[in-house]
Amino acid sequence: MVQTEGIRYWRDMRARYNLIGRRCGKCSRVYFPARSICLDCHRHSIGKMDPYKLQGRGTVSTFTIVHDGDPRFGVQVPYILALIQMEEGPRMTAQLVDIDPPQVTIGMRVHTVFRKIGTVHTEGVIHYGYKFAPDSMPHLRA
Amino acid sequence: MISNTGVGIVSYGAYIPRYRIAASEIAKVWGAEGEGMGGGLGVHAKSVPGPDEDVITISVEAGRYAMARVPWVDPQRIGAVYVGSESHPYAVKPSATILAECVAACPDLTAADFEFACKAGTAAIQTCMGLVGSGMIDFGLAVGADTSQGAPGDALEYSASAGGAAFLIGRDRVIATIDETYSFTTDTPDFWRREGAEYPTHAGRFSGQPSYFRHVTECANRLFKDRGTKASDYTYAVFHQPNGKFPTRAAQTLGFTKEQIKVGLLAPRIGNTYSGAVPVGLSAILDVAKPGDRIFAIAYGSGAGSDGFDITVTDEIASYDRAAAPTVDQLLAHTQDLTYATYAKFRGKVRFQG
Ligand SMILES: [Zn+2]
Repeated sequence: MVQTEGIRYWRDMRARYNLIGRRCGKCSRVYFPARSICLDCHRHSIGKMDPYKLQGRGTVSTFTIVHDGDPRFGVQVPYILALIQMEEGPRMTAQLVDIDPPQVTIGMRVHTVFRKIGTVHTEGVIHYGYKFAPDSMPHLRA
Repeated sequence: MISNTGVGIVSYGAYIPRYRIAASEIAKVWGAEGEGMGGGLGVHAKSVPGPDEDVITISVEAGRYAMARVPWVDPQRIGAVYVGSESHPYAVKPSATILAECVAACPDLTAADFEFACKAGTAAIQTCMGLVGSGMIDFGLAVGADTSQGAPGDALEYSASAGGAAFLIGRDRVIATIDETYSFTTDTPDFWRREGAEYPTHAGRFSGQPSYFRHVTECANRLFKDRGTKASDYTYAVFHQPNGKFPTRAAQTLGFTKEQIKVGLLAPRIGNTYSGAVPVGLSAILDVAKPGDRIFAIAYGSGAGSDGFDITVTDEIASYDRAAAPTVDQLLAHTQDLTYATYAKFRGKVRFQG
């Protein structure tokens, strides 16, 4: 059986696994996901957008508790979807795990963890990538 | 298989999911008293993977912890990545390639998944030792990890748990040398799972004497003989721990004290992490080991075989950056207890329609 959904995903998989974005060589603004042109420097940034690895640390800017969402989340419902302000500048939307919804606060420090993001169906490719966990859980030293 | 080539452990990292289910919680569901079969097995609680965790995520966390402690190792110098498990998420598609990508070791390396019941991780360590010792590679990353399941109500349900550890094997700045590894292997059908079967089958009591105890003690005694050592020469010992009872009895038979096995004996608190068992126990020992300490490690995999290791901690551990990643103690301190209902939901023991 031919199935191509994994291929589309594969193209940005490495960046997703290891949080590789881009940094503008002119103004140092960091982008994740990667962009080929800086939103501030426009054509002056062409050819100067270098790969840049984020350290995976940030704070919760805002969050929402999803009670019935994407069926891929299955038994994880209700789950927490948060907007994370990364230390390097970008904002990322991702699931917050290893914490109960009532304990989440705006401004709380979080770090990335490597988790299953989902699978389209039981015979499909399993997608892996980052989620965030509170810094009260064990994590790599900054 | 004497090593003697200066090959050893350059770094390590362990990962244990934070969820726990108590033996008493499982016993309650099956109408048993107290801790039910868990009490008899010496398993008071076991770790449970989150619904978004599997052998690949556990391997990646453990592998990243190991690499974070040795920032001087360029991951591009890793020449081999092996993941040993009996619960690889894919039947076909390696776990090891994802781990390799996640520690930035790709693409100049060889990678593969290993299987040998609960000793697949130590088999991966031995393979890395061979490749490093022969000079074929600079570093090899070997992982033992599992997210095993027992059928509801079976004795295994009290013990089958989740966890794993990664070992960076090399010759430069080793924190512990592996002075010898020896394996004792026979064809013994004590535990198996056929392709497509959801839960494993075991031969009940047969999994004890002719299987676990025979292989572990034969392996240990041969290692003692080769090295000219006895139990009292070691600071620590760690054995495969399908429960709390078996390794305690094996250690006693071999002359080890409770004190020697205490640090590496995690089954009473986290259950049987299968391929992760000796690797996580050894990690807990390395978390506290000092230069000159000697460690005796015997893994066991059904089917059956034992891998033994005679390990000596070096002076390098004094400057090794352990604090860059969580220790086993820190992982054990941050847990959340599950009810049987949530556990069953997480582990897919309950089927949802639609
Ligand atoms: Zn710019």
